[in-house]
Amino acid sequence: MGMTITEKILAAHAGKASVAPGELINCKLDVVLGNDITAPVAIKEFEKIGVPEVYDKEKVVLVPDHFTPNKDIKSAEQAKILRDFAKKQGLTNYFEVGKMGIEHCLLPEQGIVLPGDCIIGADSHTCTYGALGAFSTGVGSTDMAAAMASGEVWFKVPESIKFVYNGEQLNEWVSGKDLILYTIGDIGVDGALYEAMEFTGPAIRNLSMDGRFSMANMAIEAGGKNGIIEADQTTIDYVEARAKRPYKVYKSDEDAKYERVIEYDVADIEPQVAFPHLPENTKGISEVGTVEIDQSVIGSCTNGRIEDLRIAAKVLKGHEVHPDVRLVVFPGTQQIYKQAMLEGLFEVFVDAGAAISTPTCGPCLGGHMGILAKGERAIATTNRNFVGRMGSPESEVYLSNPAVAAASAILGRIASPEEVE
Amino acid sequence: MEFKGRTWKFGADVDTDAIIPARYLNTTDPAELAAHCMEDADPDFPNKVKSGDIIIAEKNFGCGSSREHAPICIKAAGVSCVIAKSFARIFYRNSFNIGLPILESPEAVDGIDEGDEVRVDVDNGIIYNLTKGTSFKSTAIPPFMQELIDAGGLINFVRRRLNS
Repeated sequence: MGMTITEKILAAHAGKASVAPGELINCKLDVVLGNDITAPVAIKEFEKIGVPEVYDKEKVVLVPDHFTPNKDIKSAEQAKILRDFAKKQGLTNYFEVGKMGIEHCLLPEQGIVLPGDCIIGADSHTCTYGALGAFSTGVGSTDMAAAMASGEVWFKVPESIKFVYNGEQLNEWVSGKDLILYTIGDIGVDGALYEAMEFTGPAIRNLSMDGRFSMANMAIEAGGKNGIIEADQTTIDYVEARAKRPYKVYKSDEDAKYERVIEYDVADIEPQVAFPHLPENTKGISEVGTVEIDQSVIGSCTNGRIEDLRIAAKVLKGHEVHPDVRLVVFPGTQQIYKQAMLEGLFEVFVDAGAAISTPTCGPCLGGHMGILAKGERAIATTNRNFVGRMGSPESEVYLSNPAVAAASAILGRIASPEEVE
Repeated sequence: MEFKGRTWKFGADVDTDAIIPARYLNTTDPAELAAHCMEDADPDFPNKVKSGDIIIAEKNFGCGSSREHAPICIKAAGVSCVIAKSFARIFYRNSFNIGLPILESPEAVDGIDEGDEVRVDVDNGIIYNLTKGTSFKSTAIPPFMQELIDAGGLINFVRRRLNS
């Protein structure tokens, strides 16, 4: 019987010829990731295990990106735990502020995660790397601690759902973000609970790498264990210049078994907006009505990549941010930051009246750099719109793609880029 | 393992931001985290909850972020166990890893009102509603997860394996 790409990668890392859904396996890990929120707990647990060193100094990756540059004294103490541990262990892949980026933008960019890899990260959006054709999933700090010591983790092999996105050409202003919001709107926030979400079809093949990262990033928002897209020429072109070690491309067999196959015709869908307080509350932009906003956030591990910034700048060029709105732009990494600067995107943002931040997860999780007051409303290219996610429990977050977030910043209400001329 | 306690009921899709908002994640101290447990779902919860109390919730409890601070703060607040119709995947793993008992039982969730007195027989997966005189089965804990519990959590399990 054939296997899915997820099953093949898991089997290879468990040293088995084949695996089937439901089977419990131990997998060897190519990367174990943590950040300044989750790694301090993991480091404390790691020290209880009693092994002096992590299993591999290159494969344990620490990125202080959530509350950095340190937002307060307590956060500074947390970040210091990472720094001290990285030094003591001699970790190759520790990224200090100034070299740091939002982890899920940074690791693919640096060639740390590659097709065919098996990856865990103590961050739920670790599923992002599935866009490269890797198996990648989020875990908690204790799983991270055990994996830092052993280089392994146990998994229950998930069932797979195959999503087929038909339609060669997407509408203008429709991106990977819209495809994933549309999907979550259809299946719900637990529609893929414990399952692998395999994204396929002509629309995916035509999607850029940045668009694919946005899609895989939000698999967790449907409860998925992982999101995955088979590597193709687009992937290879992205990875070739970055990879410093060999990698392997896996593809699902023709006769692979799926729990479900869901087909969408996406040629005609419009930009999607998720209303508070769940990512499943999606509407097409034309159905939004009048929703005034106080803040627009463009960035995050979902939409902080160069293509996202280019789209935002295209909409903002020659316009000014509405007087009642704060627009904050967060490039995902230092490399993206520099690229945006060289391309003149920063000039567009600053002329429009936007603030440009150093890379950080900051406002996405209500950490810092753009917290909402009681009664305030934001549109954001981030991934979650839970109660209190961006600040006050009485504030609201609407999720969209960068084009809609930029257009909304100009018009002061949630708006389509087509309304900006 | 057995618990008896009064119950607090929550709705569907309670996310980990509601369980422990990120604004408090600049510490890993369980007691400090417990002071804000479930705050964005019920601001009074940290004051109302007493040691031994039980959380009852609809589907997909613990969705969202992977923060282990979520089960840690529930445990540190004195909650003895969580019973839900279903759990989000990472929260489920984290709870076992840190030793917070969690049980899946849609029938029990429908058959328990807030404030009911409940006894939970974790080993046999039976939930007794003492107020209403009813009982419910929970989904069996997978054998491997039971092994983790018996070892005293994942860290002890791995320590034993690596040092043997």
